[in-house]
Amino acid sequence: MSQNVPGTPKRGLRELGAEEKVGWDEVTQGVAINPFTSPTTENVAHVRPEERDYSDFNSYTATVASWRVLKPVYNRDICIDCQNCWVWCPDTSIISRDKQMLGIDYDHCKGCGVCVEVCPTNPKSLLMFDTNEELDVALSQWPEKKKKEK
Amino acid sequence: MAQKFEINDVEVWDGNYAVSQALRQAQVDVVAAYPITPSTPIVESYGSYVANGYIDGEFVMVESEHAAMSACTGAAASGGRVATATSSQGFALMVEVLYQASGMRLPMVLTVVNRALASPLNVRGDHSDMYLGRDSGWIQLDAFDAQEAYDLALCAFPIGEHLDVRLPVMVHQDGFTTSHKAQKVLPLQDEEAYKFVGDYVPVDEMLDFTRAVTHGAQTEEDWHFEHKAKQHKALMDSRKVIDETFARFKALTGREYKRVETYMIEDAEVAIVALGSSVETSILAAQQLREEEGIKAGVIAPRVFRPFPYDLIRDTIDTSPLKAIAVLDKSSPGGAMGALFNEISAAAYTTSNRPLITNFIYGLGGRDYSVEEAKRILKEQKAHADAGHITTPIQQFSGVRGPKLGFFETKRS
Repeated sequence: MSQNVPGTPKRGLRELGAEEKVGWDEVTQGVAINPFTSPTTENVAHVRPEERDYSDFNSYTATVASWRVLKPVYNRDICIDCQNCWVWCPDTSIISRDKQMLGIDYDHCKGCGVCVEVCPTNPKSLLMFDTNEELDVALSQWPEKKKKEK
Repeated sequence: MAQKFEINDVEVWDGNYAVSQALRQAQVDVVAAYPITPSTPIVESYGSYVANGYIDGEFVMVESEHAAMSACTGAAASGGRVATATSSQGFALMVEVLYQASGMRLPMVLTVVNRALASPLNVRGDHSDMYLGRDSGWIQLDAFDAQEAYDLALCAFPIGEHLDVRLPVMVHQDGFTTSHKAQKVLPLQDEEAYKFVGDYVPVDEMLDFTRAVTHGAQTEEDWHFEHKAKQHKALMDSRKVIDETFARFKALTGREYKRVETYMIEDAEVAIVALGSSVETSILAAQQLREEEGIKAGVIAPRVFRPFPYDLIRDTIDTSPLKAIAVLDKSSPGGAMGALFNEISAAAYTTSNRPLITNFIYGLGGRDYSVEEAKRILKEQKAHADAGHITTPIQQFSGVRGPKLGFFETKRS
C-alpha cells in the first residue's frame, strides 16, 4: 500500500488470482494489453492516475516490487516539497499532487534509493530501511540535523 | 496515388525480381532492410519502386538486419503491411527479433533467399538459414522456382494476415539457383493481384490513438507458458487458412499449391524427400529411373516447412506402397540427423507401412546436386527396399570429397 495515500484498492492480476484461472485459450493475442478498460480518453494525461480507468492488465494495478530489499521511508515533517525525488524516481513511484509530496507507491518502488540520494534536506526527508520495517518504527529512528563541519 | 507499372502477361524474371513485384502489388507500406547477397535485389527493387513513384510506401534504411527486423516489427505493431528480405548471416542477426514478431502475433512477410551460414564464409545457396528459423514461430513457405516465389509471396500476405492466424510468414527460395535464374513467369495484373491479397486489417495497432495498447509485455512463469501455447496453436491451425488460400489462388490462376507436393508417388516404391530447387532435379532423376530401369521412384516435397505438414506426410506414406525413403537435408546438422529427416521420420512412424528412412546431407554451400546424384540415392533406396532393411549408415554425406562419411547404423544381430 502506498504510504500516506488513501488506499487505492489492489486489483492486480496476482491479487485477483488470475494466473490460476486464465487458461491459454483466454489470454490476449500476442500479449497485446489494453491499459484501460474503456476506450481511452485521449486526454488521459490530464486525468489523475487514481481517477483513470486502468484495466486489471495495467501494471499500475499490479505489484511489481516483490524483489525490493530496502524501501525508502518518507518523513513529512522535514520535506520541503522540492519535487526532486518525484523528478528522479525511475519508476514514477513518488506520489505528488499539486506539487505537494504525498508518499511512496510501494506497489511499484523497487528500492533503488535514487530518491534518498537526491533529497536535499538536512536531515534527509527520505531514508532507506529494511523493506519489512514498520513505518512508525522507522520514523522514530530518524537522525538529528547534522551540524556543518568546521 | 502510385503510378501504373506496366507488366506483360508473360515475363522473364528471376526469383528476386518476381518477389519484388509481388511486394509492390501487395502495396506493402513499409520495407525496412539491410541488403545482403543474394537477396539484395528484392529490397533494391522495392526501393526503386518507391523512388520512382510506383508504390506509396516507405523504404527504411537501417544499420543492420537486427535493426531491419526491429523496424519491421515496430511498423507492423503500428498497423502497417510490412515486408523485408534477407539471407544467411543477415537472417542469423534477425533471429532474436523473429521470435518477438511471432510472439507479438504481428503479420509480415520475410522473403528469405537461402544461403549457407559461415564459417567458412559462403554466399551460395543451402538451407542452413531456413533451418535456423524453424523454431521461431513463423510460417515458412518454400518456393522451388521463380514462378513459385512470386505466387507464394502473394499468398503469404492473406495467410499471415488472416484474423485466425495473425503470424509472420517467410517465403523461401534458393540462393542463386532460384533467386538469380531468369525464367518464364506468369504474373497477375496489379488489380487482380491486390484483390487476391486484399486490404490489410490491422489489430491492436499502436497508431489508433483512441484505444491505447501495450505491445511487447513481459511475462514470467505465471503467464509465459499460456501465451506460447496459444501462439503454437495458432501456427498449427494456420494449416486450414493455408489450404484455403492455396485453393483461392488456384481458382484465380490455375496454379495449384499443396502443403506437401508429391510427384509420381501413388505407385512409388522408393522416394526422395527434398526442399527447394532440388525438387525439380529429383523429379528428373525419378522419371529417368522409371524409364531406364523400371524403378518406381517418386518425390515428396514439403511446400510448407512450418507448420510442418505431418498430417499430409502421414497420409502420403499411408496411401502409397513406399518401402524406402531418402530424406535430403541441405544444412549441416551439427551433431544430429538432419531436421527434415527428423520431421519425416516422426510422421512416418505413425503410418502402418513404416518405410525405411535414411538421411543424406548434401549440397552444402551451394555444392551442385545433379540428376546423377539423385539417381544414385534412389537406387540405394531400391537396394534397401529389396533387402528389407537399411544396408548403409542411416545418415550419409552425399557429394562430399574424400572417404565415405556416414553415421549411425541399424543394429542387426
